[in-house]
Amino acid sequence: MSSKAISRKGYVGIWAALLVLLVLTWGLAQVNLGPFNAVVALSIAVAKMLLVVLYFMHVRYSSRLTWVFVAAGFIWFLIMVDLTLSDYLSRGAVPGVQDASWKHGAWPAPTRER
Amino acid sequence: MAEARSALAEQFEELPQQREASILGMWTFLATEVLFFGGMFLSYITYRSSYPNAFAEASKHTIVLFGTLNTAVLLTSSLTMVLAVHAIQENNVKGLIRYLLCTIALAAAFLVIKGIEYHRDLDEQLWPGGNFKPGLPPQAQIFWFLYWAMTGLHALHVTIGIGVLSCLAVLAKLGRFSGVYYNPVDVGALYWHFVDIVWIFLYPLLYLINRSS
Repeated sequence: MSSKAISRKGYVGIWAALLVLLVLTWGLAQVNLGPFNAVVALSIAVAKMLLVVLYFMHVRYSSRLTWVFVAAGFIWFLIMVDLTLSDYLSRGAVPGVQDASWKHGAWPAPTRER
Repeated sequence: MAEARSALAEQFEELPQQREASILGMWTFLATEVLFFGGMFLSYITYRSSYPNAFAEASKHTIVLFGTLNTAVLLTSSLTMVLAVHAIQENNVKGLIRYLLCTIALAAAFLVIKGIEYHRDLDEQLWPGGNFKPGLPPQAQIFWFLYWAMTGLHALHVTIGIGVLSCLAVLAKLGRFSGVYYNPVDVGALYWHFVDIVWIFLYPLLYLINRSS
């Protein structure tokens, strides 16, 4: 495992890229892109995360076993989000089913603004 | 070689194995942290999908200047942290201490900026409850509850980070680290970068997404 793969200059370059992304995400937030504001902001956040994880946290130069440990946390988080949203976003999708479930007190009535 | 032998704990065969074990252990801890913060991010996602208009309205009251400034401060502190690791890899203890102190100073700056921001938020009656800012939809309080909980928990992590980095600086001063053995610095750095990553996601979610809608 060699984490000396990057020079001091390389680290400063990564930092400069992170600051460019920060200015970019701030600038794009001033423009109304409708639903794409969220997409753009989160994509840039993911790009920043990857730069930090791969280079500052040296994962790119770490063993495959480390990769598995790193991925585990994120994958479990995605499973949690996925299973939860498959409930929340599909409520009311089947007419009549949703009403019966919450009337029995299993969970609060799903209210939606839209 | 005597130095390498004294740094090696008896359960390990060799230093690289010991280093790998520290790093895997830290990533295991960070996976629990991902799920710890993940619960809050999940709450944010579900409530935002239920009340998109109230969340859009509420998030326009966060102060984007402070959020952006603090992102820059934390990203820079990640740079000084990685340079601290780089210094000790080159057996430069003085450089390690210098960069650790820079990182601690930037962490403190983050907390000061956050404190000023919190004060402004409280002046604007953005604490959920009986005195909540009039004129906002009721579900806006859910957004602000999440704002205080998420940034508060993150600020707690920054505070703990200052403690960890201070311990590392003292140990470095006592001559505990060298180019051969610096696992605690490696592990402390992983924690600090994780705190930075949490903020990288809090920044767009709390400050940016509905800024222009």
